[in-house]
Amino acid sequence: MCLAIPMEVVEVEQNMATVEMGDVRRQVCLDLLDGTVEVGDYLIIHAGYAIHLVDPEEARKTLSYFKEIFDYEVSG
Amino acid sequence: MKYQDEYRDPELAGRIIRAIGERSRTAARLMEICGTHTMAIFRAGIRSVLPETITLISGPGCPVCVTAAEDIDRAVALCRQPGVIVATFGDLMRVPGSESSLNREKARGADVRVVYAGFDALEIARQNPQRRVVMVGIGFETTAPTIAATVRQANREGLQNFFLLSAHKLLPPAMEVLLAAEDVHIDGFLCPGHVTTIIGIEPYRKVAQQYGKPCVVSGFEPVDILQSIYMLISQVESGESEVEIQYSRAVNSEGNERARKLMAEVFDTVDASWRGLGSIPGSGLRLKRDFREHDAELHFDLEVPTVRQHPGCRCGEVLRGSCTPVDCPLFRSSCTPSNPYGPCMVSSEGTCAAYYQYHGV
Repeated sequence: MCLAIPMEVVEVEQNMATVEMGDVRRQVCLDLLDGTVEVGDYLIIHAGYAIHLVDPEEARKTLSYFKEIFDYEVSG
Repeated sequence: MKYQDEYRDPELAGRIIRAIGERSRTAARLMEICGTHTMAIFRAGIRSVLPETITLISGPGCPVCVTAAEDIDRAVALCRQPGVIVATFGDLMRVPGSESSLNREKARGADVRVVYAGFDALEIARQNPQRRVVMVGIGFETTAPTIAATVRQANREGLQNFFLLSAHKLLPPAMEVLLAAEDVHIDGFLCPGHVTTIIGIEPYRKVAQQYGKPCVVSGFEPVDILQSIYMLISQVESGESEVEIQYSRAVNSEGNERARKLMAEVFDTVDASWRGLGSIPGSGLRLKRDFREHDAELHFDLEVPTVRQHPGCRCGEVLRGSCTPVDCPLFRSSCTPSNPYGPCMVSSEGTCAAYYQYHGV
C-alpha cells in the first residue's frame, strides 16, 4: 500500500506533472513538494502525488558506499 | 528502469549476502514494519539467503490488514445508504468486516468505485452533484497527506457532496506498543521507506535511544533491503542503537515538512483502533473542525452492530509478530487467498498472503 515508484518528469504544467516509467504515463500532483521540478527529474510517486524529488547523488552513493565498506572489510 | 534495475543487481546482492554472513554472529530478530517490505522480502527470496542467526519478522505495516473490522463495517453501512458513492483504494475492497466486504456490497449493486488517487474521488464528486461521494481513506503517513490535499481541495472548491471516512493510521505509536509487549521480541527495525519520506527520522530516535533498538530506514529493492539488514546487524554486533537511513535517495532526515504541515492543517490526531493491536492512543487521524462539513462520521448515521470476527483467525498475533501464519490452524487449510478469513490473507501485502504464495515453495 505504501508502494511508491520513481518516475521521470516529461512535462510540467503549474502544479501538475506528466511522469513516465517505461510505457506507463501518469498525471501527478506536485502540491506536496517544495521547490521546483524540471523535465528529466525523477519523482517518487504515491497515490497520484509526488512525495519526493529523487536525489541522484544519494542514489549513486548508496551503491558505491556499500562497495567501499565491503572491500574494506574483506581486505581488512 | 532507472533507480530500480541497479538495485536489483544479483552480483552486488551476492556480495552483500556474503558480507552479512561474515558479520552476523549474534542471534537477531529484525522486524520489517512495512507490508511493501514484507512482499519485497518474500518475492526476492531474501529469507532463504540469510544466515540462521537472523530472523525476519513481519510487523503491523499493512494498512489494509490493520484496518479494524468496525471501520470496514462502517464503510459497508455507508455504501448501503441511498445515493451514496463510496470511493476507495483497491486494496480495501476484499477485506472482510463482520458480515460483508465492499466487494460483496458492490456485487449486490452498491456503487463502490476503486480510485487510484484521492483527486479521482473529487472528480467523481464534481461529476455527480446530486450524489454524495465518500472516500474511505486508509493508509499510513505516506498516504494521509495525499488525502489531506484532496480534502483541502474539496473545501476550497466548496464541494459539499464530498466526504471522508478516515481510517488513516500513524506508525510510530504502533512501534511503541510492540516494544512494550511481552510476547514480542525485537532486536531491530527495518523502518518503512516511504512513511519516513514524510515523517523523517525523528520519531525513531526514541525507539533507538530509549528502547535501545537499532533502526534503519530501508528502500524496497533487493539490494536496499540486504544493505539495510547488513547495517542493522552491524549495529547489533557492535552494541549500538542508532537511526540510520539506507534509502537516502528518497528519504532525508527532516522528512517532507510541507506534507506534514498539510496533514496538521486538515487532521487532528486521535486514538485509533487497530486490528490485532487494539486501541492505540494518538495513532489515528480525524478531520479538524474547519473541515467537519466533509466528515462522513458527522454527516452519516454509521451505527454498526457489534463486531464479529472468525474465532479461529490469528491475524491479530501475526500482525504483532508474536506468531507466524503457519502457527494458525486455519492457514492453508480453510483460509486461502481465494477464501480468506482474515485481512492478512486478503491483502496482497498481508503476511499470510506472502507466506501462502512463497513460504516453503
